[in-house]
Amino acid sequence: MNLQIAFLLGQEGVTSGAIYALLALCMVLVFTVTRVLLVPQGEFVTFGAMTMAALQANQPAVLAWLLLGLALLRALVRAWGALRRRPDAEPLGGADAAYVVHALLMLAIPRLLPGEGWPAALQLLYTLALIAPMGPLLYDLCFKPIAEAHSLVLLISAIALHVALVGLSLWMFGAEGARTQPLLDEVWELGGVRVNGQALCVVAATGVLIVLLYAYFERSLSGKALRATAIHRFGAQLMGISPTGAGRTTFAIAALIGALSGALIAPVTTLYYDSGFIISLKGFVGAVVGGLVSYPAGALGALAVGLIESYSTFWASAYKEVIVFTLILPILLWRSLAAGHHEEDRA
Amino acid sequence: MFLNRLLRPAVPALLLIAAAAAQAQIKVGVVTSSTGPIALVGIPQKNTVALLPTEVAGQKIEYVHLDDASDPTASVTAVKKLINEDKVDALIGPSGSPNAMAVIRFAAEAGVPLFAPVGTAAVVLPMNEQKKWVFKTTQNDDLIARALVDHMAAKGVKTYGFIGSADPYGDNWLKVFNDLATKAGLKLAAAERFNRQDTTVTAQALKVASVNPDVVLIAAPGSPAVLPQTSLRDAGYRGQIYQTHGAALPDFLKLGGKKVEGTILAAGSMLVLDQVPDNSPTKKVAAGYVAEYEKKNGSKPATFGANVYDAGLLLKASIPAALKAGKPGTPAFRSALRDAIEQVKELPATQGVYNMTAEDHSGFDERGRVLVTVKNGQWTLLK
Repeated sequence: MNLQIAFLLGQEGVTSGAIYALLALCMVLVFTVTRVLLVPQGEFVTFGAMTMAALQANQPAVLAWLLLGLALLRALVRAWGALRRRPDAEPLGGADAAYVVHALLMLAIPRLLPGEGWPAALQLLYTLALIAPMGPLLYDLCFKPIAEAHSLVLLISAIALHVALVGLSLWMFGAEGARTQPLLDEVWELGGVRVNGQALCVVAATGVLIVLLYAYFERSLSGKALRATAIHRFGAQLMGISPTGAGRTTFAIAALIGALSGALIAPVTTLYYDSGFIISLKGFVGAVVGGLVSYPAGALGALAVGLIESYSTFWASAYKEVIVFTLILPILLWRSLAAGHHEEDRA
Repeated sequence: MFLNRLLRPAVPALLLIAAAAAQAQIKVGVVTSSTGPIALVGIPQKNTVALLPTEVAGQKIEYVHLDDASDPTASVTAVKKLINEDKVDALIGPSGSPNAMAVIRFAAEAGVPLFAPVGTAAVVLPMNEQKKWVFKTTQNDDLIARALVDHMAAKGVKTYGFIGSADPYGDNWLKVFNDLATKAGLKLAAAERFNRQDTTVTAQALKVASVNPDVVLIAAPGSPAVLPQTSLRDAGYRGQIYQTHGAALPDFLKLGGKKVEGTILAAGSMLVLDQVPDNSPTKKVAAGYVAEYEKKNGSKPATFGANVYDAGLLLKASIPAALKAGKPGTPAFRSALRDAIEQVKELPATQGVYNMTAEDHSGFDERGRVLVTVKNGQWTLLK
C-alpha cells in the first residue's frame, strides 16, 4: 500500500463515515427523546435514493402512494379514536387534512411536470418533502399509542416496522438496484490523487447539517424543548412541552436526514430495496460508541467505523463485515465496565 | 367477519371441486425466492410460471406456486408442503443454490423429480442416488468459464484478477475458474470479495488495480456485478474486464452506463437474440418466450426466468412417455417421469439444447452459450 492508495481509502472511509455519522446522530436523537431505537432509519435512506432515481428515470414516485396511504390511515385512526371518545384522542384538525393534501400534491407534481428536466436541487427538495412527513406519520401510527411502554416493546415495534417497510420497498421498487446522477460530477487531481466531487458533497453536507443541528438545539425554542424532553420526559411535560410533539419532531428530523443521506450516496453506489438497513446498522455501531446519548462521540464513532471498514476491506475483503461488527464487542464491554450502573429499567 | 360468514358455507363445496379437479390433472409445485435477498432472481421466475404449459397430451397441468423469501429453511418447508399436502408430481425451484441443496434430500425421499433453476453444479454433480432426481436447467459454471478461459488464452492473457460476491456463487466461480485457468497457464494475481449490499467496493478495486493484472473477472449474480466494474474504472484500471452470466440482464447496462463498455461475458444466447443466426436451434424458442413474457409483464425477462421456462419444456417433452406408465399422482408416474426426463435428447430450449444422460443432468453443450460484449450500450455478439 502506497500513500496514494492510503489517501483514496481514507477518502472512501470518510465519505461512508460521514453518512454513518448522520444516521448515528438521528439514532441518538430519536432514542434520547422517545426511547425508540430507530431500526427503520435505513428505510428512509433507501426511500431517498429510490425517489431520486425514479425522478431521474422519469418514473412516477411510487413512494407518494405510501405517503397518501399513511396520511389516510392516520386520519382514520384519529377519527376512530375521537368517535370512541378515547381519553387520549385529539380532535381532528387541519393537520389531518394538510397531510392528505400534501400527499396528493406529491403524487400530482411529477405527473404534471416530468422530474427528468428538473435541476438536481429541485429533485432533492421534492425527495425531502416527500419523505420527511413520513417520520411523524409513522410515529403517530406506530409509536405514539405505546409511547409509555417498556423500551423492549418499543424496540420490537421498531423491528416490526422495519420488516414491514422492507417488504413494502421490494413491492414498490422491485429487486433491482438504483443509481442516480452525481450532484457534482467532477474529479480533481490533487498532487497525483483523485478527489471525487460527490465525496466532497457528502462530507460538506454532513458538516453543514451538524452545524445546523447544533444551532437548532442551542438556539431555537423547539430544539431546546427536544433537549428538555430527552433529559427528563415527565419534567418537560410539566413545563408544558408535549412529548407527542417532541416525538413527531424527532421523527421528522430522522426521516429528513435519512432521505438526505440516501440522496447523497445514491450517485456513488448501487442501492437496493434493502440496502438501507446495513448502512443504518453501521450508524448504530457509531451511536453505541457514544452510549446512544452523546452526539459528538456518536459522530466520531461512526466516522471511525467508516475508516476501519475502508482499510479492513483493502486487507481482507472477505472479512470486512466481521471486522466492523466485532468492534462493537470491546466497546460494549468498555462501556458497561465504565458505566457500572444499570439505566435500562428507568422506564 | 362479514366475509367470513359469507364464505364459510362455500368452503366444503370449493374443497370438493378442488379435490375432483386434483384427481384428473398433473400437479407441479414451484418454489421461487420472489422476496428476500435474491428476489431479483426469483421475480422473473415467478412471472414465468404463468407461461408454463398448461396442457400436455390431453392432461391438464396445475401449478402451485410458493415463495420461500430466499430462506433455505422456508424452501424445505415449502417443498415438504407441496409433496405431502399438494401431492405434486414434479417440482420446479427453488431460486437459490443453497436453497436447492437443502431440498434435494426431501424431493429424492419422496421420489419427486426436481428441476433446479440454480447456478451451482453441485446440485447434479457428483451424481448419486439422491441427485438422480434433480435436473438442472442452467448451464454449468464450467461451461461458461471454459468459454472465458479460451478467450483469454487466445488473447495471450498471462495474469487475471478476481472480484467475486461473498456467497456460494462467487466461491464456486473462483474454484471452477481457477482450475481451468491454471491449466491454460493463467495466473491468479488477486482475489477479492464483496457483499451485495456494500455501498462501496473501492478498496477491493484499488487492491486489484494496484497489482494490475492483464484482465479482471467479476463474478456476482445480478446487478451487484456492476459496482466492482465501475469502481475498477474509477481506480484507474484500464485492462479488459470479464463478467459471468450472472451479469446477463438489462439492468447491468442501465446501471453501468459508459463504464461497462467493452465488457466480455459468456451467457445463453437469449441476451443477443436478434443477432443470433436464424438457424440457431434455440432462437425460435427463446424469441417465443421473450415475446410472451414481455406481453404479460411489460418488460424483457432476465435469463433466470428462462431457466424455469426450460423446466416447462422438459416437462412437456417427458410427460407423454410417463403417462403410459401410470396415472398422475402415483409413484409409478413420478418415477416414469424421472426416467423420461433423463431420456430427453436434442431438445431445443431457450438457453441451449438439452441432451440428458444418466450422468449429466444439466445436458448443455457449447450450443448453450455465446460470447457477448457491450458495444455502444448494447449487448453485442462477439464474433
